Amino acid sequence: MIGLLREIRDSLVEFIRTFGALMIFFLALLKHSPDTLFRRFALVVGQVHNSGTLSLVIILTSGLFVGAVLGLQGYSNLARFNAEDTVGTFAAFALIKELGPVITALLFAGRAGTSLASEIGLMKATDQLSAMEMMAVDPVKRVVVPRFLGACIAMPFLTAAFSAIGLFGAHLVGVSLLGVDVGAFWQQMQQAISPKDVEEGIVKSVIFGGAASLIAVWEGYNCFPTAEGVGRATTRTVVITAIVVLILDFMITARYL
Amino acid sequence: MADASDKLIEIRDLDYSRGSRPIFRGLNITIRRGEVTAIMGPSGTGKTTLLRLITRQLLPDSGVILVGGVDISTLSQTELYRLRQRFGMLFQNGALLTDMSVFENVAFPLREHTRLSNRLIRHIVLTKLHAVGLRGAADMMPGELSGGMARRVALARAMVMDPDIIIYDEPFVGLDPISMGVIVRLVRRMNDALGISSIIVSHDVQEISTVADRSYLISDGKVAASGSPQELSTATSELVRQFMHGMADGPVAFHYEAPDYEEQLLGRDVEP
Repeated sequence: MIGLLREIRDSLVEFIRTFGALMIFFLALLKHSPDTLFRRFALVVGQVHNSGTLSLVIILTSGLFVGAVLGLQGYSNLARFNAEDTVGTFAAFALIKELGPVITALLFAGRAGTSLASEIGLMKATDQLSAMEMMAVDPVKRVVVPRFLGACIAMPFLTAAFSAIGLFGAHLVGVSLLGVDVGAFWQQMQQAISPKDVEEGIVKSVIFGGAASLIAVWEGYNCFPTAEGVGRATTRTVVITAIVVLILDFMITARYL
Repeated sequence: MADASDKLIEIRDLDYSRGSRPIFRGLNITIRRGEVTAIMGPSGTGKTTLLRLITRQLLPDSGVILVGGVDISTLSQTELYRLRQRFGMLFQNGALLTDMSVFENVAFPLREHTRLSNRLIRHIVLTKLHAVGLRGAADMMPGELSGGMARRVALARAMVMDPDIIIYDEPFVGLDPISMGVIVRLVRRMNDALGISSIIVSHDVQEISTVADRSYLISDGKVAASGSPQELSTATSELVRQFMHGMADGPVAFHYEAPDYEEQLLGRDVEP
């Protein structure tokens, strides 16, 4: 019993220590961000391309089919109440407030997050970060901050792209395939969705983007510098991001009710 | 007795442990200005660790490391980075930045620390690449280079800022005889022509003998012997003789500590 309590205490202390170190790391990233944006703008743009543009295919494909499924599910269920014209509103609510930010963050963690963690981890394992330190170049400023900023900037745009293509998917199924009136589809959506709903989606995408990027660069930068360590960091990036995003989603949703 | 101003790096009573395993116990080394100093020793004696301590990538448990008379453990990050601009370091695996071409790798320190024009940077980088025989590989990516070529590019990068001290971690590993000869002569020539100081960690006794002014042989966490390569090669100490002449028998065991061979093969060391 005492052994169990000791283990719980040790785990708690370890968690607090890691969380504290993560927050210090996060503050360091924030501190160096303005300087990086001005002095290393090209690097940030390159990372927006790496995290954003290169994730577009998976985001757009997933968004299209998620929207199409919403169109099908929404139509079949709403038709029971003769409310199939509101399928556009149903899809828009689901995409803008919930599915857009959450699924984009999960896909982002799987595509861009793993790429960031493994890239930084491999740089560490092959002494590239040590070499930078020896050349009097801070690897946090040169390697980590541009990647963190690039991912943070890319996430809201990816979320917007996901939601937009999702609505197109819902329109394709609801209007073109199942015959919902196109005017009703768009007009009811415009009337029902308020700026606050859009704001909720934007806030979620920004916060999820920050969390996913922070976890990815943290895991990469602090991984054990071996092949196994890099692999473990990559896996942890996906798992931790998924859990954190879902917890944050619950908290933000509760805040906006 | 050397003048105090001759002492570029002084390591005094250095203790360092990795976990519960002691690496150095009361290590004392002096690196003199303008000399090529070799750090030698059997595998696992902590030679690379020593380089990391000298450059403060690691901090000692106790003891002092003075660079130019300044205790490096007291430096702020800004001061440390200013000091590191005087260092050039060649890592064992080259540690080239894999997302940049050979040219950009060598140009990297110049772009980070100077405001030189692209034209001047190009001139300097090509000069350094020419010195290591790889001017023609300027547009290649690190992934396209052999291990030896990568190390030569890393050497060009280490000297591109014209440092006061160049640290070489196993510079001769993986080089073909022609490249090795060129690099050995280059190390010596740079040291003498530019008036810099060099520290070389290497197992390669023959090559070290031709280039080093002074050698330290580390064993069991301490300096086992020091002196010119000639002094070491004629030393009577069993350990020095074993290392310098590559003898299998001697104080340094070839086999890592293990249970009895026969007992282990027959499985008698496993408790039922």
